[in-house]
Amino acid sequence: MFFSFELLFEAVLFGLLLGCFYAAVSLGLSVAFGLLDVPHVAHPALLIVGSYGAYMLGGWGIDPLVSGFLLMPVFFLVGMLLYRFYYETFESRGSAAGVNGLAFFFGIAFIIEVLLVVAFGVDQRSAEADYIGESLRLGDLRLPYRLLVAAGVALVLTVVLTQFFSKTFVGRAIKAVGQDEGALRLMGADPVRIKQLAFGIATSVNALAGAMLIIVSPVEPTMDRIYIGRTFCVVVLAGMGSMSGTLVAGLVLGITESIVLTLFGASWATAVAFGLLLLMLGLRPQGLFGR
Amino acid sequence: MKFWIVSASAIVAAIALALSGANEYLFFAGFVVLQAVVLATGWNILGGYAGYVNFGVPGFVGVGAYTALAMHLLWSAPLLLQIIAGAVLAGLLGIGVGLLTLRLRGIFFSISTIAVVFILEAIVMNSRFLGGATGIQLTRPNEVLFFDSYTRMLFVMMAFMAVIALSIARYVQDSHIGQGLRAVRDSEEAADCSGVPTLKLKLIACAISGALLGVAGAPMPMYLSYVEPLSTFNLHYAVIALAMPIIGGTSHWLGPLIGALILGTLQQIVTVTVSSELNVLVVGVLLVVFVVAAPDGVIGLVKKWKTSSK
Repeated sequence: MFFSFELLFEAVLFGLLLGCFYAAVSLGLSVAFGLLDVPHVAHPALLIVGSYGAYMLGGWGIDPLVSGFLLMPVFFLVGMLLYRFYYETFESRGSAAGVNGLAFFFGIAFIIEVLLVVAFGVDQRSAEADYIGESLRLGDLRLPYRLLVAAGVALVLTVVLTQFFSKTFVGRAIKAVGQDEGALRLMGADPVRIKQLAFGIATSVNALAGAMLIIVSPVEPTMDRIYIGRTFCVVVLAGMGSMSGTLVAGLVLGITESIVLTLFGASWATAVAFGLLLLMLGLRPQGLFGR
Repeated sequence: MKFWIVSASAIVAAIALALSGANEYLFFAGFVVLQAVVLATGWNILGGYAGYVNFGVPGFVGVGAYTALAMHLLWSAPLLLQIIAGAVLAGLLGIGVGLLTLRLRGIFFSISTIAVVFILEAIVMNSRFLGGATGIQLTRPNEVLFFDSYTRMLFVMMAFMAVIALSIARYVQDSHIGQGLRAVRDSEEAADCSGVPTLKLKLIACAISGALLGVAGAPMPMYLSYVEPLSTFNLHYAVIALAMPIIGGTSHWLGPLIGALILGTLQQIVTVTVSSELNVLVVGVLLVVFVVAAPDGVIGLVKKWKTSSK
């Protein structure tokens, strides 16, 4: 095994960039699962849909990031409808816990996968933009622009969402519904409407995050399976529903994965997120910043 | 008594069929349906009775398959021994996963089980002895008992395994284990407070369920004469193992059998007549439709129909 400090430095640097990106793709789940307690295992599948959306619009020469923004309203609506349906069929009947809710979202995830396979085939797809493929050279170091762009957008997105949830009225209402639904109802607010809004926001983040994903690496329909591990790992690591924790947790995952990749090779790297997740659940299930 | 008569005649029928001149493909496809029965029944002991959703089915199937492979490579052990070893190791994996995560709420347990799949897959990918990422080609031994082909023998053996799985599920359901697990499913806190040893019962369920899933996976290397990590640790096993009990009905041991027979047969027909992608779509759509519209499965529908027609 070849080891040097330059190599380690490079791995950590890559990990930092990758970590910002992981935080961004996990933000939606942090709202849907962390705050609202919905067992949304189909969330990563919607992330991949976001990537394919950017790929499709890319066919008309639209930049992936622009497509991400364009698709956000569509995803917002889809998220609202999905939550409404979930609420009507499970939560309002009190049958969301246990097998049903999980089985529902798992089934949805698989339907999305197969539909993507039918529509786009099993081959990898990638996006085209000026910043994809080029690298920034700093001495011996080469940093791919696509990682830099994704990390930059991810950082902005994380900051914006964190501010939204701690400063604005709607954001705080969403946090409140996650903490104590009953109290909110007593204050005369409608928790279902707020949750629906939150779910819409969580899903719309996926449009942009999906665009970032296809900038960072080519995508394929079954990729959501790996991202189930990565996103749930970040959310659990951060502590359920902690927005600022999400960034730190993303960085932890990114750096760990990048170091493992450098030292042991790609075949171990995908297991890192799942290993961290298991370790965290076994040792400290409330997460790094959990209450 | 009725159960044993039906079981015995099912096995006699399977043997008679295997000795007859029926088309070889029938046994190739029949094996998959019977394997589905074992998968669904095994999954349901934890998922249906206790309400803990195991997404890690491919992990257990993989442990079964790769244990069998190791037994074959190391000692060229006979098939039965391979299956027993696969069951034991998969059962131990069940206890391990249970110990690590059963104190957590349901969803965390489910996510952890997915994690187990990917970690095991990475281990196999990096193990040269087990064939790594490319897999291993096997030659089947020549012993086929008194059957014409190895596939026929595997078919009969899987029929045996299905009957064993069903009788275990039936026993668990009627015993104090099943009663305790149902209490866990309905309200774990209430069960705990009334003195039900919830953790112990859940661990027993994890072990039995894991072992049965391992049994379903163990004959795979011999069935395909080939093992390879991507298809062995494929999450498709998780969807079918989840979908079949839900379609049939999770509260009774007959549910997984009904679901497996319906879905397994349907899948074989769709794969042959349309395409294998569509067959996954059928499973996904049926799963969602049943969860939404008939969460108690076919058994629930039949019960409802009976009470309303009275």
